Amino acid sequence: MMHKKGSRSGIRAELLCWLPYLAPALGFYIIFMAWPLLDSLRLSLYTGSAGIGRSFVGFKNFQNLFTVEQYAQRYRGAFAHTLYFFLIHTVVQNCLGILFATLLTNRSMRGRVFYQTVIFIPVTLAVLVTGYLWKLLLNPVWSGPFLEKLGLGFLVRPWLGDRATALTCVSLVSCWQWIGIPTMMFVAALRNIGEDFFEAAAIEGANGRQIFWHIKLPMIKPVVGMIAILTLVNNFNAFDVVFAMENVNGAPNYSTDLIGTLFYRTGIAGQHPVGIPDPGMGAAIATITFFVLCLGVIPTLRYTQDKG
Amino acid sequence: MAYGSIKQQNRNIPAHIILALWSVVVIFPLWVMVINSFKDRLSIYQSPFGLPAKWNIANYGEVLRDGDFLVYFRNSFVVVVLSLVILLAVGSLASYALAHWRGKVSRSLYFFCIAGMMLPIKIGSIKIIELIRALGLLNTIWSLIPIYVAMGVPVGIFILTEFIRQVPYELTEAGIIDGAGRLGVFTRIIAPLLRPALATVAIYNLVPFWNDLWFPLIFITDDRAKTVLLGVTRLFGQYQTDWSKVLAVLTLSAIPVIALYLLMSKQFIRGLTAGAVKG
Repeated sequence: MMHKKGSRSGIRAELLCWLPYLAPALGFYIIFMAWPLLDSLRLSLYTGSAGIGRSFVGFKNFQNLFTVEQYAQRYRGAFAHTLYFFLIHTVVQNCLGILFATLLTNRSMRGRVFYQTVIFIPVTLAVLVTGYLWKLLLNPVWSGPFLEKLGLGFLVRPWLGDRATALTCVSLVSCWQWIGIPTMMFVAALRNIGEDFFEAAAIEGANGRQIFWHIKLPMIKPVVGMIAILTLVNNFNAFDVVFAMENVNGAPNYSTDLIGTLFYRTGIAGQHPVGIPDPGMGAAIATITFFVLCLGVIPTLRYTQDKG
Repeated sequence: MAYGSIKQQNRNIPAHIILALWSVVVIFPLWVMVINSFKDRLSIYQSPFGLPAKWNIANYGEVLRDGDFLVYFRNSFVVVVLSLVILLAVGSLASYALAHWRGKVSRSLYFFCIAGMMLPIKIGSIKIIELIRALGLLNTIWSLIPIYVAMGVPVGIFILTEFIRQVPYELTEAGIIDGAGRLGVFTRIIAPLLRPALATVAIYNLVPFWNDLWFPLIFITDDRAKTVLLGVTRLFGQYQTDWSKVLAVLTLSAIPVIALYLLMSKQFIRGLTAGAVKG
C-alpha cells in the first residue's frame, strides 16, 4: 500500500513499523528519566511522602524555602557557594584549558601525546577517590612535617578545616579533576580550524598573538559556550567532592554546602535537627535547580551555538 | 618544514615547562596514593612521599581478605556490563529508526531524547527513589541498571543516530534489493558498521557508571549489594586511622578504569569528549 509522504495515515504507518525499534529505548528513557524529572516538579507542590500519604500544599515549600530562616539561611548559603564553585571552574577551565590546548596543538611540540594523556588521567578517576586522596594531601598533620623540612612551613594550614579556604580548595580539586575535558574540547576545536587559516594569516603578516585573539578565539566561542553549559549543569549537581573532602553537611560550619549536598540532606537523608527526609522540600530545591539550569542553558546555546 | 630543529624546540621550552609542571601536579597525588599503599601504618608519616623502605603488600592482602571488597567488585562489574549491553542494544535500535525514518515526528522524538543530555537525572531523584521502591528493587544491584540505561540513552542516541545517518543509503538499498527487511538491513548491514560508534558510546558511559556514587548511595544500604565506590566509603570509615589501607582501597577501586584508560587512551579521550561536541 502506498502512502503519500507526510499524510496522516502515512505518519501512522511509519510510526507503527518503527515503534518496535524505538520502544525499548524510549521506555527506559521515559520511565526512569523524563517522567521522574517532570513528576519531581509536581511533587514540589506536596508535602509528606508516598508511604505516609502526601497532601497538596501549593507553593508552601517554596515559600518556606525562601522565608523560614531555618531553610532560607541554608538555601542562600548553598546557592552562593554553588555560584562561587561555578565561577572558579569557569575561570580555571577556560584559562588553563585554552592555554593547554594552544600548547597541545602546536605541531612543533614534542611529547604532545604524553602530556595529553596525563592531563586527562584524573577524568577517569572517581570523584570520591580524588576527594579522599586530596583530603589526605591537604591534611597538615600528614604533610606538615615534610613541608616544614622543605622550608615551606607557611603552606602548613588546615586548608579544609578553615572556613576561609575550604570551599576554594574543594573547587580547585574539582577543577584538577575535570580540566582534561575542556582542554580536549578546545584541542578538537583548534584542530578543526584548519591550517590554511593560519597560513593565510601568517602571509598577511599576523603574529602569533594576533592569530590567537582574532582567529582562534572567535572560532572557539561555541566551545566556550558548551563548556559553560556542561559546567553549570555539573556544578549544580556536584555532591561527591564535598561528600568526600568534607561531609554531607558541608563542613566546616556549612561553608562548603552546595545545592547538591543540601538537596541530599533535605530530600533524601533527613537534615539536622529533624532527621526525617522531606521529599516535598527536596523536590522544591530540585525544581528551582531545574529552572536555573534552563535559564542558564537556553540563552547560552542561543548565543554561542550559531545555527548550523 | 624544520619542525624538529633545535632552534624550533628551544622556542618550545616555556611550553614544555608549563605542561611538565602540570603533569607533576597530576601525577604526584597518584604517586602518593600508590606508593603509600605499600607502606605500613606509621611509616607513611615518617616519609610521606618517598619509596617505601620495605614493600609491604599486607594492606592489599587484608583489604581483599576482608571479603566484602570482592563482592563489591563483582556487583560493580555486573551492573556496568549489563547496563552497557542493554544500552547499546536499545540505543542502536532506536537510532536506526530515528536515522532512517525522516519526518516531523521522528525529528521531535530525536530532540526529545537528546534533551536529556542537558538535564541531569539527579534532579529527579526524589521520584526515582519512590519508583525503585515501588518496583521492589531498593537495596539490590538491579535498581541501578534501568537508571544507568536511561542516563545513557540521550548520548547514545545522539552519537549513534549521527553515525547511522552517514552510512551511504546505497548500502541499505542494496540490502533491500537482496530481499532483506528492516530488521535484516539492521542486523546485516548497519550493526556491523556501527562498531566504532558503539565503542565510543560504551566508553562515554563506562566511566560514569563505574564511578557513580549517587545512586548506590541513595538506593543501597545492604552490604551485599554495594558497589565498589559505596564500599570505598564504608572502608574509608572503617580504616580511617590507617591511611595506608585507605590508599590501598582507593588504588584497587581505581585500577580497572585507569588500566583500561592507559591501554586505549586515544579512544577514551575521544569517547569522553564526544557527547560534548555538537554534531
